[in-house]
Parts: sequence; structure tokens; C-alpha cells
Amino acid sequence: MRTTITVNGEARSLDLDTRTTLLDMLREHLKLTGAKKGCDHGQCGACTVLVNGARINSCLTLAVSHDGDEVVSIEGVGTVGRLHPVQQAFLAEDAFQCGYCTPGQICSTLGMLRELEAGVPSQETAPGAKPDFTGAEIRERMSGNICRCTAYPQIIAAIQRAAEEMA
Amino acid sequence: MTSVHDWDVTNPVKTNRTGLIGKAVERYEGPLKVTGTAPYAYEVQPPSPPAYGVMVGAAIAAGRITGADIAAAEASPGVLAVWTHLNVPKQAPRGTKAHPRSSAGSRPALEDERVAYFGQPVAFVIADTLENAVAASHLVKLTYDADAPDVDFLARLDEAGQPPGEQDVEIGDFAAGFAAAAVQVDGTWTTPIQNHCQMEPCASLVWFEGDKCIAHTSVQMVKPAQHGLAETIGIPRDNVHLMTRYIGGGFGGKGQTYDDLTLAALGAKALGRPVKVAFTRQQMMHGTVHRPATVQRVRLGASRDGTLDAMSMMTWTHCHKGGNFTEHASNFCRALYAAPNRLTGHRLVRLDLPAAGAMRAPGEASGTMSLECAMDELAEKLGLDPLELRIRNEPAVDPENGRPFSMRQLVRCLKEGAQLFGWDRRLPTPGQVRDGRWLVGMGMAAAIRGNFLLPAKCSFTVEPDGTIVVRQGMTDIGTGTYTVLAQIAAETLAVPLGQVRVEIGDSELPPAPGSGGQFGAATAGSAALMAGMKLRTAIAELATGDPGSPLHAGAPDEVTFQDGVIAISNRSETLSDLIRRAAPDGLTVEGEVRPAQDAQQWSTQTYGSHFVEVGVDPVTGEVRVRRMLGVFAAGRILNAATARSQLTGGMIWGAASALTEANPVDVRYGSFLNQDLAQYLVPVQADIGEVDAIMLDEVDDKANPMGIKGVGELGNSGAGAAVANAVYNACGVRVRDYPITPDKLLAGLIAQGR
Repeated sequence: MRTTITVNGEARSLDLDTRTTLLDMLREHLKLTGAKKGCDHGQCGACTVLVNGARINSCLTLAVSHDGDEVVSIEGVGTVGRLHPVQQAFLAEDAFQCGYCTPGQICSTLGMLRELEAGVPSQETAPGAKPDFTGAEIRERMSGNICRCTAYPQIIAAIQRAAEEMA
Repeated sequence: MTSVHDWDVTNPVKTNRTGLIGKAVERYEGPLKVTGTAPYAYEVQPPSPPAYGVMVGAAIAAGRITGADIAAAEASPGVLAVWTHLNVPKQAPRGTKAHPRSSAGSRPALEDERVAYFGQPVAFVIADTLENAVAASHLVKLTYDADAPDVDFLARLDEAGQPPGEQDVEIGDFAAGFAAAAVQVDGTWTTPIQNHCQMEPCASLVWFEGDKCIAHTSVQMVKPAQHGLAETIGIPRDNVHLMTRYIGGGFGGKGQTYDDLTLAALGAKALGRPVKVAFTRQQMMHGTVHRPATVQRVRLGASRDGTLDAMSMMTWTHCHKGGNFTEHASNFCRALYAAPNRLTGHRLVRLDLPAAGAMRAPGEASGTMSLECAMDELAEKLGLDPLELRIRNEPAVDPENGRPFSMRQLVRCLKEGAQLFGWDRRLPTPGQVRDGRWLVGMGMAAAIRGNFLLPAKCSFTVEPDGTIVVRQGMTDIGTGTYTVLAQIAAETLAVPLGQVRVEIGDSELPPAPGSGGQFGAATAGSAALMAGMKLRTAIAELATGDPGSPLHAGAPDEVTFQDGVIAISNRSETLSDLIRRAAPDGLTVEGEVRPAQDAQQWSTQTYGSHFVEVGVDPVTGEVRVRRMLGVFAAGRILNAATARSQLTGGMIWGAASALTEANPVDVRYGSFLNQDLAQYLVPVQADIGEVDAIMLDEVDDKANPMGIKGVGELGNSGAGAAVANAVYNACGVRVRDYPITPDKLLAGLIAQGR
């Protein structure tokens, strides 16, 4: 099925199997292997990318359903020569070990920061209140991204560092 | 013959002139990882489009396959091959070692009609796309003659026997010592089966270039993977070029390869095109090794002053039929506390379960969960602070073998940890501290893990532009190998870090044992230091022997190295000028490290202390880990950031072992109940509060030429016990059957009348 998706700012037109997930489209068709397959069931968050600015588990959605959408994967966030402040912060805080969950953590962070800014509440937010940028809020909102090396404290430090940098 | 005294001489790591050793430098491969451009095995781009392989797992735990109908799968769109044991290409019989020095024998996939465990790969489909392969895999129809699975560990304890070649270790007379002790603790703890759940499922990509098999896989040890594949598919070892450059977590579970590698290789050979195969998350649970369950009986007998008179740890555990893997949960305690009468040992049951194997801190992770809680119970009976009980039982020499400790700072870890954590605020009577709906408690435990040095090689090359290239068949599973090798090279050759390139994870590079047992940095790093020292000598000799060098005719041992410049007093040139002129192809040397033969004269361990604060909701039984602090003594630290990350990672792993992680066996079907990450509960961000790890200054000159030790397992050792002890201090309930889930806590709270 012919599908056109803008990936990292570039329109890509592909003839796709309707069974192909957005994740497999990125990894197998576009060779953008930054988004990872950790579980293929939306349980680990390693495949997180941004679709029209919102974070999404790309393994849980079919590519053909994203005709006309704008997708940003980790490759569109920054490059080795020009790291995004969140990528820089993950590096500086040693917020990863094996690195397999890292692209998902970083994309999730970007989506999460936007959600916070928009005042989207979480379980940690007091009813009716605007969410604060606290450790508890971030931990709650980043709990969809599993890190088995458990760089969790370092990830929180990186997110706080990046948020300061970006403010 | 090597002696630890050979290591007494100074070296650049010890002098650390530029201060790189120990510095928290950013990960060498970090920029690739944060940009998603580090290619893990499945992501390497092969020379031509790959075909996709999908494995089909057995639906029974024991028995045999009686029929295979593959016609529908073969007729499915895009399918290139469908194999079962009936038509899989020929492989060498299991265990074959055509080359007598192979470090692994043949391990054929789809071997025969027998099924040894639930989920065992029994069919394999290759298709042009992943979607076509998955669809066809559902069409493979197998029929079975199933046996009743023999998987009920607790029901089989009576039949447990000594692991092969092992005996119980008794010092003094345990029974008499225990019987005569004034205060006793006698308890049985159980730990469950756990899964590694590395974020990257095992995966392999293989293609052939002529006779040469190019294999990318995700494995912690390179040589056994290369040798095992060559033996299995029956080609010379040198014809397998195996690479594992980026590994999405190992934790022991990738200490061996699995059928994904064999089947990818057989597929690539049969089809003449690249084939890649990945485990699904569900397949990982059964298809790769797990940490086996244990039953541990701990008996402690002490005098009224807290001196241990007798201690015993006996562990029952399980492995698969035909296997010998033993979770040595009792071993660590042999070096931990003094007691004149001691008894330790293990019993093993073989079951129709998947193979058990090493998982983070094998032995200690399970064993500390009992002993360190038993110590807490003993302290309570004695009316002693649990910290003080441990200090009173600090041995002067290794209590098991009488050897001196190479270095032991356990008491310092305990005392400094207590001070930093605010241990003095702990109330000894449980259930006294409230914070809103939470009952708050504190717990502590000691940490110990042995330290090893294995044989390894490494090559160093200086290229004409002055770049130092480190090459080693070592792996980085997230531990920081790339980074610490670069630090050692830069410090040894006195070049900027940016002037070092590290190439690892490749069977064609000088062999190293890989990542495991926290021996990686010490082993690989020591070989790197040796190679660096040899390269210094080779460079000095090249310069002083070269008429074109300003250093010509000087004494090689007077050559100094600094900032990429070599000099003898005021005569100098850059490394790149020398190499470009005198060795235009570069200069390469190989270094090697071997264990010292007299190292066994010392008991060499790493140590630590854990302090944990938890909240327990007495209404729901929910436990929250609020604070964790670990203080560790593990020799010289090569990189403060990567070492700390390993330690905090181990601590969190331990917290999850105490509270959530378990995979019960469904004894009806011989399968694990939890088959994905929604059911098997690894910790997530919201589970973990403040965590910090502190490393004491230490140099252990008996460990290796650098005086470093490992940290990868240490952080896990004792962490779960500290959580369990904190839960007790919070609410007065001791749960000896891990994990401490709300149902078990609630039962205890109700029994207390809370």
C-alpha cells in the first residue's frame, strides 16, 4: 500500500505491506535503526518516536495508518556532530549503559517535556493543578521506558540538566 | 611464571600523570548510542538485502515431536525455507570439537525429535520479509507425544544431589557449635526463577563471502561463539568471522549463543543471501537461560555478645536435565564472617526446564537474600545494631582457608555508609515511623563478591597520524569497556583521549575472555596496559635507533611520553613524525596478561555496604523504595561514572529481586507464567527513588597490574537483603519467600493484627 510519511523532515513514499509496523518501516525499510525493538508489544518503550510531536510506541502502530504524518526518530533529533541538548545531557550524566533503550528514552523525554509544558496531568499531579517539573513527575512520566541496566537515577539527572539547558 | 610481585613495579596507570584514570570521562561510544547510530547485531547493513528468519517454539516441555506439517507454511507468500528436525541442513553432532582446542563444541539447532523444554526452537521459517516469515511461522503444524513435565522444584527437593565434583565444606564441627550456641537463627528462604530481560533480545545476522561466514550476533564472549558456530556448521574456525560490537545488555544471559545464530548461518548458507534472526521478547523467557530458583537454609549460632560460633548455608537449586549449572548461593559466605564452626554446600535437582545459567552476581544475588536477612534477625535477637553485629564478626583472615585478605575495607564501607545515610536515625523496633500513609523503615546489608583475573591478549598500534588503536576480542555490554580501554591507552601512551581508537567485539582480534563475573575490566584492561607498555618500549627503540630522529642514539629507557610527543631531555619530536618517517605502515605490538600463580595466597574480594529506606503501605501492602545508598571498595576505579552506573544498576536490580521479579513455573505445562515485560516485572522509573553509590579510595596490588577490581556484580550483592530488612523495620513483617509482594506482606500484617 503506497504510503507517504515525512520522516525527520524528509517525505518518504513507500509501498508497504499493511502488516508492517511503523517501527519495522523505520528499521527495515528506511534503515533508520535508532528506534529499537525491545518487546514489539508496547511494553518497553525502546521504539518510542515522535509522531506529529507526540511520543508513541512505534511497534504498536501500523505504518500505513500514518499516511501524511510527520515522524521524528532519534536520527532526526541530533547527530554525532550536532547533539541535541537532551542527547548531550544523557552523555554527560552517563544516563545509559548498553544504550539499547536510549533512543527511546531520549525521544520519550522530548515528548514528555512537551506534555509537561502543555500542562498534561499525570498520576503524580494534584487534581486541577499544573504539573511541576519535579523528580516524582518525571519518574512517573518516564515509566513507560524500561532500562534494564537501570540507569534510572542518571536519566532523571540528564532530563533535569537538559531542561535547564533548554529553558 | 607470573607473580603478583611482578606487578609491584610502577606503570602509567598507577602514576596516572594526566589524571585520566578514575576520571568520569564520557562513554567512548556514547555519541553513537545517543544518536541511535551504534549498530546492534540485527541492525548491521549486510552487502545485499537480508532474508528474515523466525523461530517456532515447542508447545510442550518434555516429549517428542511426532509429526511436522510444513506444507501450508511453505506455500505461504514470500517463504524461502521451512525447517524442522526432519529437513534442517546437516550439522555436527552435539559436542563435536573437530578442532581439539575449540572453546565450545557443536550445538545443533532443530537437533532431533526430542523436546527438552517448553519453547525450545523446533521449527524455523525464512521469508523475504519479516511479516511473511511471521505469518508463515503460524502455519507450521507440529504434533507431539508429550510426557508429563518434571518441573516442580519444591516437590523434588528430596531427590537433590551434590553437584558433580563438589562436596560440602565443613570447618570445625558445625552441628556441635550450633547446638551449643546461646542464640540461634534457623530459617529457610526461597528465591524464585528470574529472567535477564536484556533490552535487546538475542539476535544474529549472517552472510557468506565465499567460504567465509560473516556473523554478527549479540554475545558476551567472542571466542566460544566463534568456535561453537564453526563446530556446529562444520567449517574451519578461521572461516567464521564473528562480531559483536554493540550489545544491548547481557547480565550473564548472553554468555553463550543460542539457536538464532546457528539458524541464521544455516539459512545464509542454504539461500546464498544474508539471513537475520531475532528472538521475540516472549521467546527470550524460555529460549535463553534464567536464574534458577533456590531454597536456602541458614543457621547462625552466636554468643550473647554477638560473636558467631557457628554458621551454615545450604542451598538447593535446579538446572535442566543433562546440565550441571549450579547457582552457588552458599559460596560467598565462606569469606564474609568469622565463625569457628562452618558448613556450606549445594544440592542440585535436574528438571524439564530451560537451561539455568548465570545472571547478574550469580551466587551472591540469591545467597545474600538469606544470610544477610538472617544476620538482621540474629541482631534483633541479640538486641544489637545489625551494623555492629557485622563489625563484631569481622575476620582477620579468610575464615575458610586462613589466607590473608589482599585488601578488605568492609568495616569502612559499613561505617561510612551508616554515617552518610543517617543510620543512627533508625529505630530498632519495627513499625515506629509514620509518614502519611506510609510506615517507614531502614535496612542494611553487607556486600561481597570475588575478584578474578583471566588470561587475555590485546594489541596496540600507533598509526602514522599518531592515533593509538586498541584491538581486542573483548566486549562492551554496557559496562564501559570501550571507554576504560581508551583511558588506559591514552594514559599509557600519554596521548589525548581523542587520539585513541578502540576496536573490540571481533573474533579476529587478540582474544580476551569477554564480559562476565566482573572480571572484564581487570582482565581486558590489564592486557591493554601490557600492550601499551610494550608499545612504549617499541616506540622508544624505534626513535633511538632511527638516524632521522632527534632522539637517535639516546637510551630507550630515557624516552619520555607527553601529549603525543616523545623526548629525551630537550630533544623531542611528535609521535606522528616518528611513525610517518620510521614506520609508515604503523607500529603494532601485542600484550598479554596471565593470572599470577601466587595470587591464590590471598583472598581477593570486593566489598560494600547497602543502606535502604522503604515505605510500606499497611493497607495495600505496597512497598516503595525511597532511598538507597551503597558504599563500595573495589580497588582502583578506572572511570568514576561508568563504575558508579554499574553499581547503581546492580543496586536497583537487587531492589527488584526483593520486591517484584519472579517467574513461577506452571507445573501443568512446564512453562513459565510470565512471558513478557508486562507480566515479568522489571523495575521502572517510578519504582526507584534516590539511589547513590560511593566508591572508597582503594588500590589492591594483589589483584592485577593496575590494582583495580570489578564492580559489575558487587552492587547487586546484598542490595535485595537490605530492602527486605528495611521492609521488616518499617512494618514488622519478615517475608522469607521472595519476592516480597503485597499479598505476602498483607498476610503478615493481618497476622499481626494491623
